[in-house]
Amino acid sequence: MAKEDKVVGSADEMAKTSWERVNDKVHVWPYLTRLEFMCAIIITILLVVWSIVIDAPLEEPANPSVTPNPSKAPWYFLGLQELLVYFDPWMAGVVLPTLIIVGLMAIPFIDVNPKGNGYYTFHERRFAIFTFLFGFLVLWVWMVVQGTFLRGPGWNFFMPWEYWDPHKVVALTNVDLPYMLGFRSYWGQAACGAVLILLWYATIPAYYIWRRERMKNVGLVRYLIKASLNMTMMGIVAKMVLRIGLNVKYVLVTPWFNI
Amino acid sequence: MPSLKERLNLDQMKRSVLDSQVWRSMFRHGYEDTPRNRVLMVVDNLWLHLHPTKIRRHAIRIRFTWCMGGVTFLLFLYLVVTGVVLMFYYRPVGEYAYADIKYLEFDAPFGMFMRNMHRWAAHAMVIAVWLHMLRVFMTGSYKPPREFNWVIGVLLLTLTLLLSFTGYLLPWDQLAIWAVTVGTNMARATPLLGSEGPFAEMVGVTPRFDARSALLGGTIVGPPTLLRFYVLHCIVVPLIAAILMMVHFWRIRKDGGISGPL
Ligand code: HEM
Repeated sequence: MAKEDKVVGSADEMAKTSWERVNDKVHVWPYLTRLEFMCAIIITILLVVWSIVIDAPLEEPANPSVTPNPSKAPWYFLGLQELLVYFDPWMAGVVLPTLIIVGLMAIPFIDVNPKGNGYYTFHERRFAIFTFLFGFLVLWVWMVVQGTFLRGPGWNFFMPWEYWDPHKVVALTNVDLPYMLGFRSYWGQAACGAVLILLWYATIPAYYIWRRERMKNVGLVRYLIKASLNMTMMGIVAKMVLRIGLNVKYVLVTPWFNI
Repeated sequence: MPSLKERLNLDQMKRSVLDSQVWRSMFRHGYEDTPRNRVLMVVDNLWLHLHPTKIRRHAIRIRFTWCMGGVTFLLFLYLVVTGVVLMFYYRPVGEYAYADIKYLEFDAPFGMFMRNMHRWAAHAMVIAVWLHMLRVFMTGSYKPPREFNWVIGVLLLTLTLLLSFTGYLLPWDQLAIWAVTVGTNMARATPLLGSEGPFAEMVGVTPRFDARSALLGGTIVGPPTLLRFYVLHCIVVPLIAAILMMVHFWRIRKDGGISGPL
């Protein structure tokens, strides 16, 4: 391999001393500027050709009395629109997006693994990469793809070869999880739901106690934030599974809000 | 008397331009390939001086940065330029907005092209930001000392999405108002602040005065919403985004340049 082609973080690069690695430098002019220039030219050509060939969409004038079916948010928000199937709007539209932004911002402060700083590696930070890629590829990219191509009128699910029938009838047989488990009284259901959710989050202290030796360098506060964010993300998945697999509507029903 | 051929000597002409006082006043350095001149090319140029003069060898590999931060910035610049052109023709008023877009498409010189560029660059920017974030994560570049720049980055991501979303309404067609209706309906469900959100009764918000109506300037996506989104789209959000980008770039330098194995 030529010297230029060495993969960052490769064995022979790591064999160098730190001083050698950090001081192996080249001039920005011309080595970086020429690349930036090339990059800019390529992107410009692509954008110009694309704009000549494909016109931006423009539909009928805005008309508040004609609702198109399906009405879809812009494509990058379709993941959130998809969440509306599983959660009430206050969760799907407000609480979860806020948690996504806060959670993303928190990443540098909750990932205490000093390894893998500035080079590609999978095996030195398996958990972090797995979690991030799961959120990015499955909960974000895939939801956008599904929302764009597989969700038709009434936000019903259609396979790619199916006709988008606006009159498709989908039986709404969803029931609440506590009801399914046999609780019939109103407060019994509420209590059951609360216990289920508490149990879900009780895994957090339980894991901490089980692995307390390992948790020493993480710290209690950091661990709590990290684990709650993670369990919330997994909670979304759990709710999706319950909904798709068992037709569960809510886990927790209270007079004020439902989850 | 020199012959015609001698007087049309190209080398001679080039030298007299490059040596002229006017040229020298604008461009201090030629392309002389010396280490000193390479450094001066960067530090004496306003546009290039954001760069360090020397950079670690791995950092210029496409494979390392995917060039995605730079591409995002380039697309942002294209959006500013094409956006200003569109502003010459567009009025954010219920009666005019749609007609102005039609005029832009059919009568304004290069109107359709400018609109297409603006639209597609906006989509591309969203994708480029995502890819940039993915690569920053995969190289672990958010780890100390770059934690704060990651936080700035997340804000930039949010602002990019907001820019795209506020712009979506401006053509004032069916696609626009219904997408924005779907998107802003959620605000109605904000806990405490939305008229249909949990605990709304306790706060006493009504559909006319809650989080959603503050955003829309009314109870439906109507002309007041158009004006609000226009101001947000053309002034408020781009201004904040531009300021944060300056901070972002400055922090890259202050955090020791592009990350790499230490
Ligand atoms: C408008 C959006 C953005 C612009 C214009 C932008 C621009 C840039 C540029 C030009 C770089 C230099 C290296 C490269 O090209 O990869 C960079 C680095 C960086 N960006 Fe962004 N960025 C944006 C959004 C983000 C986002 C969404 C994040 C993360 C959530 C982020 C986090 C970072 C970090 C941590 C670095 C330092 C990387 C390193 O040292 O290897 N940026 N950004």
